[in-house]
Amino acid sequence: MKKYGEIFITFFKIGLFTFGGGYVMINIMSHTIVNKKGWLSEDEMFELLVISESTPGPFAINGATYIGYKHAKFWGSFFATLGVVLPSFIIILLISFFLQAFKDNIFIQNGLKGISAGVSVLILLALMKIGKKAPINVINVLLFLIALVVSFFNFFSIIYVLIGGAIFGLVYGLIRSRRDGTT
Amino acid sequence: MELLKLFWLFFKIGLFTFGGGYAMIPLIQQELLSNEYLSHSQLIEFIGISEATPGPFAINIATFSGFHAIQGDVWFRILGSAVATLGVVLPSFIIILLIAMFSEKLLKTKQATYIFSAIQPMVVGFIMAAFLSVTLTSILGNYFTEISFDYKALIIFLVVLVIGLFIKKIPPIGLIFISMVLGLILYAI
Repeated sequence: MKKYGEIFITFFKIGLFTFGGGYVMINIMSHTIVNKKGWLSEDEMFELLVISESTPGPFAINGATYIGYKHAKFWGSFFATLGVVLPSFIIILLISFFLQAFKDNIFIQNGLKGISAGVSVLILLALMKIGKKAPINVINVLLFLIALVVSFFNFFSIIYVLIGGAIFGLVYGLIRSRRDGTT
Repeated sequence: MELLKLFWLFFKIGLFTFGGGYAMIPLIQQELLSNEYLSHSQLIEFIGISEATPGPFAINIATFSGFHAIQGDVWFRILGSAVATLGVVLPSFIIILLIAMFSEKLLKTKQATYIFSAIQPMVVGFIMAAFLSVTLTSILGNYFTEISFDYKALIIFLVVLVIGLFIKKIPPIGLIFISMVLGLILYAI
């Protein structure tokens, strides 16, 4: 029971302090879960990122469910997800009640503007950590660039890029293993 | 009945949005506007609010539209929020739970490692794109249509960047706090 409480509180805090959406959360989650709690290794964290990008839904939920399960099976994932969702739920509910006051408060607005200007640094820091994990070669650089351009300019849904990448990876891997096997 | 419809709508949104966050906006817009749950200006306004509050966009928008879509007393509208939020969370929860349960075996197969090694560099690309678009939006506004340069945002970004790069030990929440203080100071003058 104590374990579940710890999971709940850990993810409640993650949900409470993540401004700026999913990619900022990557940094906060890996700081808390990998460095502080040691519930996942860095490689498992990268694994989680790949799974999360390849499945629907926000990273927050995917991450909480996955980490919760790895740490304490079903109820672990239940309390982690509940924890990460509750702060947003409560805050937005409060804002729905006091919408006008929220919009008119100059201190809230200025503080929040500051947060949205600084928060992308967290994405960059996560990027630098994660980027080191992918080996640099021609194919990886190409895949990186395709993903970057398509998702930045929003040409089409990234799901097509992911499916294409998965098929490419599978075919390329099979061809290479066959070639290595016969020679 | 109304609650069930709301649940199903957000369940669909949760199920069909890949890439999270802002990738959800087109689908959410389509579904919410066609059901007249929110008006267009309410939606635009809310995207701004969501950026400024913690938590994932999907949860924020579900909670907010649940509250506004349902007619009735306050408790019934809070129930609407809860139902919409549950709807948007459940698909991810179920899918990831299944993957986590079977990932030990699944991820060890040769085919899975091939697919993983191709998607890994792409994930780095997605994060890079997110970094660029979040940074550019805060400094240049909506840069695809009309650029409005906010030099205060640029200053905040650079200061936080230097702190983040040189003080390795600083926790994420420390950087968020510094950003907030800088915002309170710079935007007040």
